[in-house]
Amino acid sequence: MKAKFPVILILAYAVFVVISLISGYQPGKDIGSNFLSFTLSMLKILPAAFILIGLFQVWISKKRVEKHLGEDSSVMSFVWVLLLAGTTVGGLYVAFPVAWALYEKGARLQVVLAYIGFAAVCRIPMIIFEASFMGVKFTMVRLLVSIPLVVVSSVFLGRYLTAKDWRMTSPE
Amino acid sequence: MIFYGVTAVLLIASFFADKKKTLKALKISWKKFTTILPMFIVMLVLVSVSLYMMPQEIISEYLGEKDLLKGMGIAVTVGSIALMPGFIVYPLCGILREQGVPYMVLSGFTTSLMMVGLLTLPIEKAYFGLKTALIRNGLGLLIAMIVAFITGLIFMEVAL
Repeated sequence: MKAKFPVILILAYAVFVVISLISGYQPGKDIGSNFLSFTLSMLKILPAAFILIGLFQVWISKKRVEKHLGEDSSVMSFVWVLLLAGTTVGGLYVAFPVAWALYEKGARLQVVLAYIGFAAVCRIPMIIFEASFMGVKFTMVRLLVSIPLVVVSSVFLGRYLTAKDWRMTSPE
Repeated sequence: MIFYGVTAVLLIASFFADKKKTLKALKISWKKFTTILPMFIVMLVLVSVSLYMMPQEIISEYLGEKDLLKGMGIAVTVGSIALMPGFIVYPLCGILREQGVPYMVLSGFTTSLMMVGLLTLPIEKAYFGLKTALIRNGLGLLIAMIVAFITGLIFMEVAL
């Protein structure tokens, strides 16, 4: 595993929260309840997200992904991942496993990076929410500026990394 | 939730189309989930601590900074560190807007919140490695600043 799980730190955290709960130490209790509420809201999303990733893995052939999102795919590949990102739920923490599933199936790096950027800035439920609180003009400016910038930066970074023969690797 | 409805329909359709394939899919789902789970736990720990140190009231107070440049700096810094779901962020920004916080600052805040993730770094690192993750976040920060600046121009909060 590339990123090591900091066992001691997590254990210390758990002990701290438990002791706070017993002794009634308020900051520790708050941190514990933050942990619980965030865990619950993530658990509402993650199971379904990973089931969809699994279904994608068995039903969509590598050939098909390569054709539409691979090295020789057209500029349309960015439109496809824009649509996929629009329907992505959650946040970056869902986008990363999806991005890896796409990459594993042969999507090129530029497209994978663009997907992550799009998933950050143009998830449809979020856009609706934003527009209703901040106004349509605010949302339009943000989208019209950030989408081209995401494409440009993803192409730039993807080409740079591909030229250096860099590859994404499995988190295992 | 629509999301769960769609997932259920697809899963059932898949099951009727091919039982074996569907079981394989679920096995893959489980394996992928448990592989990255430790990093999710790390992220949750970081989020719970950061929410305690930077609660909404403090974020609002910081973003209310009168100096535009300083406000921008604070906005993108807080946005890069914090992790907040949309249903909390936008109502908060709506209130801040009414209190007179410039669109530019709010745009910098929300965009960096979405594009830059210090707290999701443990997960990102597992897939991309630290160096690439840092470059991607750096570019995200740059994009957030450009988006904010153009927002400021369009809402005539800054001039060239």
